[in-house]
Amino acid sequence: MNKQKDATIPTIPAKARLSRWFGRNLIRIYAVFGFTYLFIPVLYTFAFSFNDSGKSNLIWKGFTLDNWKNPCGAPEVCAALGNSIKIGLLATVFSTILGTMIAFAIGRYAFKGRSSSNLLIFLPMATPEIVLGASLLSLFLVFHINPGFWPTVIAHVMFCISFVVVTVKARIASLDPRLEQAAMDLYANELETFRRVTLPLVAPGIAGAALLAFSLSFDDFIITNFNSGTLKTFPEFVYTSAARGIPAQANVIGSAMFILALLIVIAGQFVGRRVKVSK
Amino acid sequence: MADVSSATHGDLRLTRITKTYGDFTAVNDLSLTIPEGSFFALLGPSGCGKTTTLRMIAGLEEPTVGSIHLGATDITTKRPYQRPINTVFQNYALFPHLTIFENIAFGLRRRGIKDVTADVNKVLDLVELPHLAQRKPTQLSGGQQQRIALARAIVNRPALLLLDEPLGALDLKLRRQMQIELKWIQREVGLTFVHVTHDQEEAMTMADTIAVMNEGEIEQMGSPADLYDNPGTAFVANFLGQSNLIKGRIEGTDGDNLVVDLFGQKISMPKNRSHAVDKSMYAGIRPEKFRISLVGTPTRGNTLTGGRIEDVSYIGVSTQYQVLMPWGQEVMVFEQNDDGVPPFDKGDEVVISWEPNFTFALRGDDDVEAGLEVNPEELDEE
Repeated sequence: MNKQKDATIPTIPAKARLSRWFGRNLIRIYAVFGFTYLFIPVLYTFAFSFNDSGKSNLIWKGFTLDNWKNPCGAPEVCAALGNSIKIGLLATVFSTILGTMIAFAIGRYAFKGRSSSNLLIFLPMATPEIVLGASLLSLFLVFHINPGFWPTVIAHVMFCISFVVVTVKARIASLDPRLEQAAMDLYANELETFRRVTLPLVAPGIAGAALLAFSLSFDDFIITNFNSGTLKTFPEFVYTSAARGIPAQANVIGSAMFILALLIVIAGQFVGRRVKVSK
Repeated sequence: MADVSSATHGDLRLTRITKTYGDFTAVNDLSLTIPEGSFFALLGPSGCGKTTTLRMIAGLEEPTVGSIHLGATDITTKRPYQRPINTVFQNYALFPHLTIFENIAFGLRRRGIKDVTADVNKVLDLVELPHLAQRKPTQLSGGQQQRIALARAIVNRPALLLLDEPLGALDLKLRRQMQIELKWIQREVGLTFVHVTHDQEEAMTMADTIAVMNEGEIEQMGSPADLYDNPGTAFVANFLGQSNLIKGRIEGTDGDNLVVDLFGQKISMPKNRSHAVDKSMYAGIRPEKFRISLVGTPTRGNTLTGGRIEDVSYIGVSTQYQVLMPWGQEVMVFEQNDDGVPPFDKGDEVVISWEPNFTFALRGDDDVEAGLEVNPEELDEE
């Protein structure tokens, strides 16, 4: 800079410079606060997974890797986790298949009652979970079905479907119908067109929907609590143990889930970028 | 596996095709034969039914009434993948998840052809893009995508290749270049091309035969020169280039010629260029067929006197004049700037003249405005 050499360039007063700097960086400062707010609970959970806690994991007592080395150390943690994963996977598979089919029907075909089905699909998302959970329980009891594993799976499939439909439908809406026509024009019959063109193009939407369904199912407490009977899922385990003090193993599993989700997202982005730049 | 018999070939015949959507008739009782090996254009404004016709040939729509034959085979109700017909879609419709190579190989693979490499490379050479085989469609420019869409269709050597406004998305310069290239490729591969367009210049440049469509029907069919020189309706006269249509009356005959009265001035024209059904008619003359001369200078052929130049536009190769005739009509005259004659000025009193053989006659009850309100710039999407 030749500020010293050229005296004709007016210098900007310090106060104005500061306010300029502030103006330019306001969005960054805001972002730092925003992310701090979002991630403090996560960081807390992560940090306390290393707490040498003993019974109650409320006060920092010292660093240890024991919890991570032995995540099933606390009683019932892994049984509950296993239940949640099993229910989550089953709910994901069924809701993704059913929801994708509904999304295709609504997104692709004109039929009587299409717009009302479209609206009805949103209802379970808008209904309070406490109401859904209670009604499902009374419904199961009316049919003499005892709460437990399968009723919980059925309940989870039910509330996941709507989210799957909405996610997949958005993807289908962005799909040019001419691509399917082009496939048919190029000697692919209906099945081949679906397999070679439609499905690969909608797949990212379906994958996103499946991840969403799994995390919704894994995370659910209210509806599950009504319908699981004596079965205990991970959220239920955390809830009940909160009374006596949550074991650090819960933090370990929570952190592990978070890291896993993060890795999936990063891998997805990485693959997406690779596909775009590949020559 | 699609059972596409490559033996199915021959002329394409559309017999009394009608397609309705509810109350709307998109195509109305259309019959058409497209000879094998020809470059055929369906030309018309937006909503004239040309794209619907194309989609029925492709099998993407089914006619409400009528039949479609390819050679001796009835293909009216055959699924798209059962027809030896391929389409170059308007926006190309390349599969975004497949490489260029796999896009082109798609049709071959679906027909169960195992070794596709040689065929794919051959068409990539034909469209001069062999270096792009491993790219994805989004990495290509519009012109390149256009060629790949063409390659993906012709690699199958269909009995019929359909082109749906294939150059609509390209800029003018590239469009001109692709017109010439498409024509060349058609001759090279010897396939029947059916080309749908609203661009009359594009149709004239490429096609052997043009069918001009309007409101679901064929107005006129013929070679570009036939249609231009002797249009049968005001719609064709206006849609293909520009025309001066002057109200007149057939007074009688003189050998092979008709004697026509145009607002009191007698002209003559060949009988066989008249589409009039009674004495009432419109005489049609293309603007570039007119000659302008100052009052008092000698003229040849038909003459109309009493004109006055209202407007002069110099556009390089030619000068365009608006000439006000005594009956209040402004006629358009294009003069080539090649004879060293200084251009005329606004306000000059002139006589216009032309060779009688360039005159065509339309029915007196024709709508002289037909085909005029159409602005090709607005018709990119049908």
